[in-house]
Amino acid sequence: MLDARGQIRRLPGVRLWLSGGWLALLVLAAIFAPLISPHDPLAQDLFAGRLPPVWEQGSDPAFLLGTDSLGRDVLSRMLYGARLALIVALVAGTLTCLIGATLGLIAGFFRGWADLIISRLIDIWMAFPPVLFAILLIAVIGTGLTSVIVAIVVIDWTRFARVVRAEAMSQGAMDYVASAQVAGRGRLGTAMTEILPNVLPTIVALLTLEMGIAIIVEAILSFVNLSISTDQPTWGGMIAEGRASIYQAWWVLVFPLFTLFLTVLSFSQFGEGLKEHFDPVLR
Amino acid sequence: MSEMIYQLKDLKVSFPDMSKKPLLGAAPRIDVLKGLTFDIPKGEVLGIVGGSGSGKSTLGRALIRLIEPDDGAILFEGTDITHLGEDRLRPLRRRFQMIFQDPMSSLNPRRRVGGIIAGPLKLQGLDNVKGRVDEALDMVGLPRSFASRYPHELSGGQRQRVGIARAIALKPDFILADEIVSGLDVSSQAQVLNLLESLVQDLGLTLAFISHDLSVIRRLCTRILVLYQGEIVENAETPALFADPKAAYTRTLLDAIPLPDPAQAWF
Ligand SMILES: Nc1ncnc2c1ncn2[C@@H]1O[C@H](COP(=O)(O)OP(=O)(O)O)[C@@H](O)[C@H]1O
Ligand SMILES: [Mg+2]
Repeated sequence: MLDARGQIRRLPGVRLWLSGGWLALLVLAAIFAPLISPHDPLAQDLFAGRLPPVWEQGSDPAFLLGTDSLGRDVLSRMLYGARLALIVALVAGTLTCLIGATLGLIAGFFRGWADLIISRLIDIWMAFPPVLFAILLIAVIGTGLTSVIVAIVVIDWTRFARVVRAEAMSQGAMDYVASAQVAGRGRLGTAMTEILPNVLPTIVALLTLEMGIAIIVEAILSFVNLSISTDQPTWGGMIAEGRASIYQAWWVLVFPLFTLFLTVLSFSQFGEGLKEHFDPVLR
Repeated sequence: MSEMIYQLKDLKVSFPDMSKKPLLGAAPRIDVLKGLTFDIPKGEVLGIVGGSGSGKSTLGRALIRLIEPDDGAILFEGTDITHLGEDRLRPLRRRFQMIFQDPMSSLNPRRRVGGIIAGPLKLQGLDNVKGRVDEALDMVGLPRSFASRYPHELSGGQRQRVGIARAIALKPDFILADEIVSGLDVSSQAQVLNLLESLVQDLGLTLAFISHDLSVIRRLCTRILVLYQGEIVENAETPALFADPKAAYTRTLLDAIPLPDPAQAWF
């Protein structure tokens, strides 16, 4: 029987390559920041304040993307900022995903009293405005990298729990679950080998989305001065500082803002691209 | 007695009626099976007919213990399985299998055909899984290369063959087939029915075939059980049932069958 349906492969997605390329570049920049940064990101030089990027008049070629009002090199600060952004994205994103997806899977597939409790918790969580919740939380537990990560996890686990619960519920009603039972597979085994592979594409797409969101949350917290600390360069901190001198030195605001935008976009597109490329049902 | 694969005594199944559930307390229960008593002899092909909602699927799912009955007893080869827990059922599960109505729903979309058929074999701890998968694919007339395909890469008829392959790969004694051709086009229907017919003969299976279509049942089954609103209204050998239906409901079902020869209708 000749049938080409099994052999069709789509061209690797442009979306996946573009977003993946940017993220790979960012990871390299973060890892090698000490080697490739032209300057110490914290070194101040009050005589070289607000230098524009090299292609503008009155610039200094030693400062490619210019300096901020304290004379610190914008490029070096952005490279070091990538480190914190990626740590927050990876750690907070992964933890949020693990906790939220596990609770969602338990609620959606095993139902019963576990679902009752988890669904109530989700309802209560949804009643809080997330940014206010984060600010309140940080104000209580104090600033710092760990606090930012904790705040993101505590606030955003419901995003995963809600979606995964709904997905697990609809998958649980499928006959392949009954079929696993007919074959003698237990409930836990069915959850891991039948349901999870079917919810995984959704989880992966949500995970990368969450990584982008984590970066935004960190930036928002920096903006209200509740993030990591004022002497470590973060993109959010740079945007907050750049806002004060937007008319005199636009580059201090625009470069980190654009990088942040591109990174958040890349994360969400990367997730969609992965789903498109590796999910056998969509492929 | 030992020739009976299944013996059912006053089997009762009910479901909670969620639409009438009071705010506090348990929902009232609807009786779906109202006390069924019958036996299935080994090697029989039993047709179960009845209108939609008459309880055919519920009966089928109780037979293979996807549902725990409220009352009565189900004996499988003399063993009472009515209230057995999942752990005690597991070794027995190999011996009664099911083919589902909708293969799109019953085949995990993110598993390859080979994995779908191999899953139950591994769970039941059988050896030579690869060989058994190939053998099952041979038996249902699918090329062995299909093992590396995903369900959505197959046609409806091919998918239903995978469902059949998964059930027979375990070499069960009993198979429940619940409306397995109602989702297929007429020519795939005929092919799947032919396949089932020859498998029953070759493997010496006992089959319970659920359908609302008496003409399909007539072709395949040696005995017919007619369900109406959760009760057995007739239980007879196929020729007897067609020649001389006892229950009024059976007669209305028979009258609804389109005649194979249009000329007959004029006499
Ligand atoms: N899990 C369930 N919960 C509640 N009611 C059910 C459930 N399964 C079946 N029923 C009800 O039981 C009756 C018989 O259903 P079923 O056995 O599927 O009928 P059939 O297969 O003959 O069409 C229907 O009224 C149906 O609504
Ligand atoms: Mg049914």
